[in-house]
Amino acid sequence: MNRYFTKDHEWVEIDGATATVGITDYAQGQLGDITFVELPAEGATLAQGDSASVVDSVKAASDVYSPVSGTVSGVNEALADNPELVNSAAEGDGWLWRMTLSDASELGALMDEPAYRSFVDTL
Amino acid sequence: MSDTYNNPDEPAHPDDAPSGPERLPLDAWHRQRGARMVPFAGYEMPVQYVVEGGGIIAEHLWTRSHAGLFDVSHMGQLEVSGEGAAAALEAALPIDLATLKPGGVRYSLLLDEHGGILDDLMVTNAVHHFYLVVNGATKWDDIAHLREHLPDAVTLSHLADDALLALQGPEAATALARLGLAPMNDGWPTAQTITFMQAAPFRWGEVPLRISRSGYTGEDGYEISVPGEHAAALADALCAQPEVKPIGLGARDSLRLEAGLPLYGHDITAETDPVEAGLTFAINKRRRSEGGFLGANPILAALAAGPARKRVGLALEGRMAARESDAVLRAGSATGRVTSGGFAPSLGRPIAMAYVEAADAAPGTSLEIEVRGKRIAATVVPLPFIPHRYFR
Repeated sequence: MNRYFTKDHEWVEIDGATATVGITDYAQGQLGDITFVELPAEGATLAQGDSASVVDSVKAASDVYSPVSGTVSGVNEALADNPELVNSAAEGDGWLWRMTLSDASELGALMDEPAYRSFVDTL
Repeated sequence: MSDTYNNPDEPAHPDDAPSGPERLPLDAWHRQRGARMVPFAGYEMPVQYVVEGGGIIAEHLWTRSHAGLFDVSHMGQLEVSGEGAAAALEAALPIDLATLKPGGVRYSLLLDEHGGILDDLMVTNAVHHFYLVVNGATKWDDIAHLREHLPDAVTLSHLADDALLALQGPEAATALARLGLAPMNDGWPTAQTITFMQAAPFRWGEVPLRISRSGYTGEDGYEISVPGEHAAALADALCAQPEVKPIGLGARDSLRLEAGLPLYGHDITAETDPVEAGLTFAINKRRRSEGGFLGANPILAALAAGPARKRVGLALEGRMAARESDAVLRAGSATGRVTSGGFAPSLGRPIAMAYVEAADAAPGTSLEIEVRGKRIAATVVPLPFIPHRYFR
């Protein structure tokens, strides 16, 4: 298993020291039409739980928190022209940013996919 | 992630409103059609429909090009009748009822003694009585305020069992025509020939309907009051027309923002007066010269002096939306605050309404909005953002 989830509806996929972060399909469904995504700056240092990105929908702006600590190594440039990718492919092409993990032990506090899906069913 | 800005959900009113979310007549109807229901003004209301072709942007654009059916049954429908009703209403509202002909509809304001806006409302001269539509979140306060200010001989009735539907969009008249409505009164116009801000009673089979050509989207369309027990059948009959889809309150908010129409509790409140809000058209000419309504003195003084700040439209650069309470700056100094902001689906970019100092309110003025620590360039533009298409 290399994908983890937070109670705040972020997902993070681990590939070696690189983590790719996005919001879950459940989250995009709750937000509705997404019109703009503000992404973190490349090279920014994030601590677990930091507000790192803002997803703007027609009705509201929502913070996205970094699920792990690390340094931002890239952002999803496709979202600049197509923020709606987060609606159509939240857990795939609609990823938000990549980062280099600084503390892999933090992953232990996150949920695996079955645990997250069960959590969503309780909401 | 979490919602941090401009949550449109409003709490139930704390006073004599029913406790807990109430179920309106179309509650089950909305749920069957995939509505996401949210607490709003003390009720559960549809914010958008989670179906193919649903979502706020699609629903908004459908309304602009076809016809959208909105449930606005949370709003308060009131009847004012009895001897002296007109004079009593004129003591409470800055309206001139002598110039409101039978069937006429007029926008008016409920004011406090300081000239602050307690609510905005529609007043119809329904011949035997006056029919008022007030905002859902304020209706219990409005009822208390009116009861306090109306004399005993005047009766105020709350039509709590009636539903209110809004059919809005360029194809609204075409769709409504197929229902085969009959005018209640001989010689009165049809639903197709009444014009913007006119109302008339109709029969749909045996069901009585009050219909006015009005709405809050900037489009041609109607507001239809129907007894609650017939609301689902009427909504079904309208949505059976190919032009009509049910539309949630999310799109209603983006439509009214594009139309430059103020939203009570946001763009107008007890802390704003009609002069700075740009709503002096609601204070009829005779009332401006004679006064005699609640709040008249401060408002007539503000009319003479001119407002210190004004409600304006702002076009934002880029795609990031400004939200309610964001600071507006002129050359680095504070000039005002955003009262409504969001993405304009018809324009494909963000827009906002704000109060700014009068010197900064001219169209073309370059301002900045501070959105979550970033400064976004914005230009004052005339309201509405997109032209009204009323049937006049």
